[in-house]
Amino acid sequence: MRGYWWKILTIVLLTYTFIAGFLIPVPDVGNLEQTIRNLFFHVPMWFGQLTLITVSLVYSILYLRKPEARHDIYASEFAKTGIVFGMLGLVTGMIWANYTWGAPWNNDPKQLGAAIALLIYLAYFILRNSMTDIDKRARVSAVYNIFAYFIYVPMIMVLPRMVESLHPGGKGVEGNPGFGGQDLDATMRTVFWPAVIGWILLGIWITTLRLRLQLLEEKKTYTSLAS
Amino acid sequence: MTQSLQHIFVLLKKDFLLEIRQQYSFYGIVLYVASTIFVLYLAMGQPEEKVWNGLFWMIQLFICVNAVAKSFLQESSGRMLYYYTIAGPRDFILSKLLFNALLMTVMSVTSLLLFRLLMGDPLQHPLQFTAIVCLGGCSLSFVFTFLAAIAARARQNAALIAILGFPLIIPQVLLLMRISNIAFADVIQKGLLQMSALLVGLDLLTLALAAVLFPFLWKD
Repeated sequence: MRGYWWKILTIVLLTYTFIAGFLIPVPDVGNLEQTIRNLFFHVPMWFGQLTLITVSLVYSILYLRKPEARHDIYASEFAKTGIVFGMLGLVTGMIWANYTWGAPWNNDPKQLGAAIALLIYLAYFILRNSMTDIDKRARVSAVYNIFAYFIYVPMIMVLPRMVESLHPGGKGVEGNPGFGGQDLDATMRTVFWPAVIGWILLGIWITTLRLRLQLLEEKKTYTSLAS
Repeated sequence: MTQSLQHIFVLLKKDFLLEIRQQYSFYGIVLYVASTIFVLYLAMGQPEEKVWNGLFWMIQLFICVNAVAKSFLQESSGRMLYYYTIAGPRDFILSKLLFNALLMTVMSVTSLLLFRLLMGDPLQHPLQFTAIVCLGGCSLSFVFTFLAAIAARARQNAALIAILGFPLIIPQVLLLMRISNIAFADVIQKGLLQMSALLVGLDLLTLALAAVLFPFLWKD
């Protein structure tokens, strides 16, 4: 129970998200109608992605401070799950935009920011795979990971505030560029925040499974080299 | 502090001397600038101002990748070891950043002259635009110098620099395009000072990150 209570919590929260997310009454905002329920699935993807790439950043910094192969594997696996969450966020956003804005891609600053994040992290994996020396790969990719993170995060903070956008909450310079917190009524809030926590935990869960596999594989290579 | 300034100065001087003695690489980039803009002129003629602005900054991006890429690739690992014994990694990266910023400023101004000569001259405020171009050249060169250092460690070519750099350079390029709009309009836009400050802030951030992270890249 000590080790896996949060996995049970993930299942409970996500079950709640799927049931309550489709059943609770939602406020009627503009032309959103029922698509407002996408808030419980689309927005948590970005919370999840940002959490995962931040954890990846922390492990990259740890690697530079103390070069252990484990830290490098952690950083790359968290970044991988971050890419998956980013793609899901982009796809859920595009499906939603197709119904509310009339087209899946509208050159909106948030869509551009999401696409840039995908390009950055895909480039991170190209860089990793271009090197065969394990120590050098770990060090160089950790440096790129840190550099990219500190350029990317100010960019998504600043860029959406500079331009007008159709995205909810996108009133140019006013307010949070990510989502329209002022549209969130009390009932939606009771589903939204559990959904955010549930999706973040799911991302971490997926990563820990992949990490176990990677660490086992690494162990296997070492023992086969030793024997 | 004074010692590290001295190191930076000596390393800068070395880069200048190398550039003067091996003139082929400098003139190679100048020729790259000239022929790219000439091909662009043949393809586009004299476009309207918005297209002019967009093309100008895209060409700067490609010039920067090519001008900066060689700065680390030309250093053999034996020579790197030698620099390591005479100067610290921080002095080394700062001298490279400064040198590339100067090189890129020269290239940007050259390409601006060629653009105004060949692609038409829609500028209303040429002086301000020249200042923006110098600032922009420095901004681009800072980001790409650090990425060139990364790509050199991975023993890769300019293509990797482009893959790594293009997503990261988007904020700077977008800011530069918006700032340079003032050169095409009669009235000065609001928020100009804020945007310029933002650009300078991003440059300082890049410099700080490069100074902090380069020592880790350097170690072997």
